[in-house]
Amino acid sequence: MAEAAITNPLRPALDAVAARDTSSLSAGQRLALKYFLVAMVLFVAQMLFGLLAGLQFLYPEFLYGVLDFNVNRMVHINAMIVWMLYGFIGSIYWLVEDEAGVELVGAKLANINFWVLTSAVAVVVVVYLVVQVGPGNKMSIWFINEGREYIEAPRWADIGIVVCMGVFFYTVAGTFMKGRWSGISGTLVLDLIALAGLYLAGMFYTTNLSVDQYWWWWVVHLWVEATWEVLVGCIMAWGLMKTLGARREIVTTWLYIEVAMMFGAGILGLGHHYFWIGTPEYWLGIGGFFSALEPIPLVAMVVHAVYDAGRHSFQSRNHPALAWLIAHAFGNFLGAGVWGFIHTLPQINLYTHGTQWTTSHGHLAFFGAYATIVIAFIYIALQRWRGDVWMSGDLPDRGWKWKWSLGLLNVGMLGMTIALLIAGYEQSFIERAIGGSTWAAYFEGQTQPWFVQGMQWRMVFGVVMTAGLVLLLWDFLTIGRGETRLAKEVHAPGPHVG
Amino acid sequence: MSNEVWWASQDFWRKCAIFVTAGMFLVLILLTFHSLAAITAGQDRVPAYSVINHRIDYVFDEERNMKVPVIGEEAPLFGEVLTEAEAKALVDLGKLTVQAKNCMNCHTLLGNGAYYAPDLTKAWLDPGWGNEQARELLMTMFLKDPKTNARTYGTNRRMPDLGVTDEEVRGVIAFLKWMSAVDTNGFPQGFEPLPQGGS
Repeated sequence: MAEAAITNPLRPALDAVAARDTSSLSAGQRLALKYFLVAMVLFVAQMLFGLLAGLQFLYPEFLYGVLDFNVNRMVHINAMIVWMLYGFIGSIYWLVEDEAGVELVGAKLANINFWVLTSAVAVVVVVYLVVQVGPGNKMSIWFINEGREYIEAPRWADIGIVVCMGVFFYTVAGTFMKGRWSGISGTLVLDLIALAGLYLAGMFYTTNLSVDQYWWWWVVHLWVEATWEVLVGCIMAWGLMKTLGARREIVTTWLYIEVAMMFGAGILGLGHHYFWIGTPEYWLGIGGFFSALEPIPLVAMVVHAVYDAGRHSFQSRNHPALAWLIAHAFGNFLGAGVWGFIHTLPQINLYTHGTQWTTSHGHLAFFGAYATIVIAFIYIALQRWRGDVWMSGDLPDRGWKWKWSLGLLNVGMLGMTIALLIAGYEQSFIERAIGGSTWAAYFEGQTQPWFVQGMQWRMVFGVVMTAGLVLLLWDFLTIGRGETRLAKEVHAPGPHVG
Repeated sequence: MSNEVWWASQDFWRKCAIFVTAGMFLVLILLTFHSLAAITAGQDRVPAYSVINHRIDYVFDEERNMKVPVIGEEAPLFGEVLTEAEAKALVDLGKLTVQAKNCMNCHTLLGNGAYYAPDLTKAWLDPGWGNEQARELLMTMFLKDPKTNARTYGTNRRMPDLGVTDEEVRGVIAFLKWMSAVDTNGFPQGFEPLPQGGS
């Protein structure tokens, strides 16, 4: 084995593609692996187009007229949204049978659904890259791109997404109905209804930009800052039970607390997007107050994860997964919580709205809250797929690949976030506070040395992250291979005393 | 389980989660009815589309302690007074063009979008156009041929040629003029519009 690895360094990768022995997995788990595979392909695409767009900030002539910034940026953020959704769907298919206690309902349909959805995603991306823009009419919006940040997917694809989400929902809810319900599955299913329903708010055209942005934020905010958070709360609860052996009553109670606080703050927290789009002044107060409360459930999530991990003395059956779950708890708190809070009050947001502050927050929040937990789930899935093998401490080569990729990805992201925040400070001072937001002031801000340096450091840390991603994918292909020890047994500790 | 305190029980938090979510959602629905009525075109905060027949200014309001759009005397776009229906059709063409050309993935509209190019909220009023007389022509030339007529302020960051037609250009300018008249609660702060009407 060792010799073969030396003579053919591509062997593990070839094995992973060629020897796809999934016979030990259930139908839902096999489906989950497919979703995870596409998620990782899109993660690579997100990184690639992010690098291109970042380079264009430094070298505006780069790919000008070929792949312009708006195209690269659209693919960058759309690849992200879709890979995270794929990660969530994969995670849910991974846990649904275990949680329901029965086999997946409609497995064949679910499989067809995966191929339909993936083909649609591929067509949308090809049209983005090849056709790019269209004439100013409804045909462009139906067949090329809708031109609304994050939900650029053309209308035909919107309808396709809704149908595919319907099929996904049917298979998941049907499985729970056939088997057993739990607090986690009940919350998950209700959350999926809300998540799918909200998408409809983004599927119409109106001339009035204020009305357009009003409903657009229903999709973007109520997904990212409400229903997605609850969805990962459900996944996290299950993940903590599986990696640590945390007790169901504890994780379920925490989940309810998180839902109460998340929706309690996040639903009206939507108001922080209604400060400057034409909506009435009362949103300044409502949005400022409730969005300032949004970090609280994220603190609770950190407490919950660290408490559970500590209570089990960090004895987990899957060290990489647990590390990424902890990274999720902290990343969510820092990126979504702290970085969101720092510019959420209208008094500061007046100057920071639409600057690199938002970019800084967006990067850390999406990565911290969502990328991390999908990666954790992929580790959980790989462990089972490779034969429920040992993935605790004392891994071959001391598990350097997972540790270094964890470090590089997180350091890269934090570095980018801080570089972008410094650029944002500069922009809000020079362009906004002093320059009064004219075009001349905008460009004056963009050329200040500290702004430019921020963009350069963002690029450096983007490359650090890319190295982390390469290592992560390599680890995904190799971890647990040739391992003969079985996974460590974890048990729930006895009930609390006193 | 008998010695469990009420505030730590699963049942209590389940009910909390349900009631808090339902309550907050209900409040959001009620506020949505009110807000949508307030931002209908032609109401106080969002102008009717025929606002493009008038001069638009951005002046400080003592009472609200912020700058607000002020609709002034007749100053028709491209010298042509339009009916409300005609104006709506033109602004609509502009909005469709802004979406189809994916403007929002470089620019921001009302501060939302991407940060590679300037915010367009007050683009119609930007002092960079020099004066009222030159504005329409400069905007048209820029949109028609952004490579030659680039406005990069020394950054080399040029807008790509998006292949907009003459009619689409008029639509985009109408859309920008209409947008500059939306009451955005003082955003952007401190913005000083180009001189208009001898002001």
